[in-house]
Amino acid sequence: MVNIIIETSKYLMILLIACYTFFNFRFFSFPDLERKRIVCSRQNQAMFLIHLLAYLIIYLKTEDERVLAFYGAQVVFFLAYIYLYRLLYRNVSRLLVNNACMLMCVGFIMLTRISFDRAVRQFIIVAAAAAVTWIIPYIMDHVWQLCRGAWVYAGIGLILLAVVCIVGTTTFGAQLSLEIGGVTFQPSEFVKITFVFFVAAMFYQSTDFKTVVVTTAVAAVHILILAASRDLGSALLLFVTYLFMLFIATSNWLYLGSGLLAGMGAASIAYLVFPHVQTRVAAWADPWSDIDNRGYQITQSLFAIGTGGWFGMGLYQGMPYKIPVVEKDFIFAAISEEMGGIFALCVLLICVGCFLQFMMIAGSLQAAFFKLIAFGLGMVYITQVFLTVGGVTKFIPSTGVTLPFVSYGGSSILSTFILFNIIQGLYILKRNEEEEYEEG
Amino acid sequence: MKKADPNPHANRNIMILTYVVLAAFLGLILYFGYFLQITSEEVINNSYNARLDRFSDRIVRGNIVSSDGQVLAETHIGDNGDEIRVYPFGTLFAHVVGHSTKGKTGLESLGNFYLLTSHVNLLEQVINEISDQKNPGDDVVTSLDVGLQQVAYQALGDRKGAVVAMEPDTGKILAMVSKPDYDPNPLSLEASWEGLVSSENDQGQLLNRATQGLYPPGSVFKIVTALEAMREHPDSYLDYQFDCSGVFHQDEYSIRCYHSTAHGLQDMSLSFANSCNGAFANLGLQLDLDSMYNLAGQLLFNSDLPLTMAYSKSSYQMKGGAGEWEILQTAIGQGRTQVTPIHMAMITSAIANGGTLMKPYVMERVQNAAGEEVKKFLPESWGSLMTAAESRQLNDLMVRVVTEGTGSALRDASYQAAGKTGSAEFETNKETHAWFTGYAPAEDPQIVVTVIVEEGGSGGRAAAPIARAMFDEYLLR
Repeated sequence: MVNIIIETSKYLMILLIACYTFFNFRFFSFPDLERKRIVCSRQNQAMFLIHLLAYLIIYLKTEDERVLAFYGAQVVFFLAYIYLYRLLYRNVSRLLVNNACMLMCVGFIMLTRISFDRAVRQFIIVAAAAAVTWIIPYIMDHVWQLCRGAWVYAGIGLILLAVVCIVGTTTFGAQLSLEIGGVTFQPSEFVKITFVFFVAAMFYQSTDFKTVVVTTAVAAVHILILAASRDLGSALLLFVTYLFMLFIATSNWLYLGSGLLAGMGAASIAYLVFPHVQTRVAAWADPWSDIDNRGYQITQSLFAIGTGGWFGMGLYQGMPYKIPVVEKDFIFAAISEEMGGIFALCVLLICVGCFLQFMMIAGSLQAAFFKLIAFGLGMVYITQVFLTVGGVTKFIPSTGVTLPFVSYGGSSILSTFILFNIIQGLYILKRNEEEEYEEG
Repeated sequence: MKKADPNPHANRNIMILTYVVLAAFLGLILYFGYFLQITSEEVINNSYNARLDRFSDRIVRGNIVSSDGQVLAETHIGDNGDEIRVYPFGTLFAHVVGHSTKGKTGLESLGNFYLLTSHVNLLEQVINEISDQKNPGDDVVTSLDVGLQQVAYQALGDRKGAVVAMEPDTGKILAMVSKPDYDPNPLSLEASWEGLVSSENDQGQLLNRATQGLYPPGSVFKIVTALEAMREHPDSYLDYQFDCSGVFHQDEYSIRCYHSTAHGLQDMSLSFANSCNGAFANLGLQLDLDSMYNLAGQLLFNSDLPLTMAYSKSSYQMKGGAGEWEILQTAIGQGRTQVTPIHMAMITSAIANGGTLMKPYVMERVQNAAGEEVKKFLPESWGSLMTAAESRQLNDLMVRVVTEGTGSALRDASYQAAGKTGSAEFETNKETHAWFTGYAPAEDPQIVVTVIVEEGGSGGRAAAPIARAMFDEYLLR
């Protein structure tokens, strides 16, 4: 009997997230605020229904009362987050808040299914991060010196990276994290943000050749330290972000072209110099010939996605735990395996929807500094989504980055909250301005 | 701070880059869809995919049946709910159907996903769920022919070796026997397992010799040598002549014909029919070795075969600049060349099918427990191994083997067979391995049969009669 409930709710959840995703794009076609408001409420309904169905299954399968309490806590959190945000900032983008909640909701479901303790830990971090980062839109509106701190951003970023590179703990062949008082902390997650601020602040001052050279040099130092720490995913992320930001700031195709060539050159050198890059590429090109070893992770991921198919195996019907680091870099495979390929695609489309909104915000902003920040953070976000989902599905070699808001990990969650709230701040700024203009 | 945008193109460029990102995601989504719809089927059937075993918690493993519906493997459920896999034919289909305890092999491995997937109607599934019954898995219908399999099995008797039969125009495998064998039924497999995998056991009962056994091809390789001669001398290869005295001397080397028989004056066609070693060794000396190496590659030596079941790669190593002894040996199928029976059958089926190789397959379709078709596997062409003209010319040579040469076992049949015998030396002072590969009827080939009898002696006497029995069974019953 439980199996029938699991099967039916599996299809229901797919239907609900498909509706949610549809609303996400439909939203943009409604000019009037009333219709937009209705769409956002529908999204909330769909999300809470998915959340309810998933936790019902989890409870039926585990018969663990703690699940009920945990579910209740999450409902309270989501309700509070959605309503308090509107209370604190009248002009908040509801769509962005909804998407953040939807992605976190999917993350909680998968994490609870994989490991209850980790899910609880994730929830505590989420709640704390949500509360702390609420202040960001306020700062964006009130602290106008933000554009003056180029060298502060560069200094923070470089110091953090250098410290990790020298004393960091090694996980999976890469030095990624610092341990301070028992709490592990992954600075590269935050350096992505300081990096965007640094570049935006530099190009806000000037886009003459000298500034471009200086900025490029500092950006290159960031990337080289990351490469030296073997954190190639982040190195690639910063490279793409920098190149595109440079292009937007200068509109110079020559920079874009030569940057791309330099990037390809650097990638070839990295391939020749670093044995672990060769390993990753070999595991991507033909994981089947070394299925026990180098190809293990990616083949397990493909087994998971393939066996799940379009509609998934249903929660608790698959074996996501077979995939190494499934709760972090490979969470997308777990979603696809148990909730279904369609569900996973919807999650991907929600991420793309967020990116589109970031780009619209970037386009609407007048101030060059803010425009560059919105664009740069959007690029950081979408590149990360592309690297993780592409890596999990063997579209590109795996680079070991997390899926923002969905993957397990405190640093990832906190930095994503900061990123979303900065954009939210820019959106609020813009809306407040428009209102003043209309009233004036 | 609120200074105006200094860069008027910024928004246009943001739009361009947004489209670039969307294009990348479109690619990713299409790839993901293609993987789920097309590629994943092969991926999930991998024996490393532990997830499939999980399916058996809710599905009763389906049956494997022959082309005419006889059960080759089924699952019996005891009164206490215990499931036991039963192979009604015992050892007969041991290698091709395989076993499902102690790991999975053969069709039990190839069809694992289908056997553990249920397509019974939705209502029945719901009823089964409510009453806590497992759903019956789908059945895999094979192209295997029980009658042919029995003939091959009995004809091979206690000798070691392998027999493969396939349809040249579809690639359907009709029979596949490997000896010695074992009983795949779980209880007897359990009892004999230790002996089967013991390091002292040199019998290799678990090895499917038809696809994994590597043998020196001996004279069946003369098909390749003859094809190379055709390619180098398309208009005059038949004019090649050789006077055979039973032993061919070249510098300090000598090549003997089987039992040192002196064939006398031979042309190309006769020396092929009589399998004259001297004539072919001498022919080898006149061929372009690099071109022959390429030909072997085109015939799928040293490369992957289009086969889904486990197999060994055949090897051909002689390149330009090889020594005289190696040339003499390689031209007659001795030396370092090694081939599997299935590969020989594939080359033969390409000859029988106008040069086109059809991918061999055993699974014909998948049907649900009620017999409704769920999936059908259609014949697929791999491509051409040779031109249609070359296949006709080889056909002429192979017909003469039967009408005048070493294929005498097939001479008085009511149909015209074509083939090539081989007697491959593999160790001094041991009997040769007996080979036969051929097809019938020559004018409209219905069936290809490849036989190897280890230490069977002469191909014409030990292997060709087995092919004869197979042809008779298939064409005359």
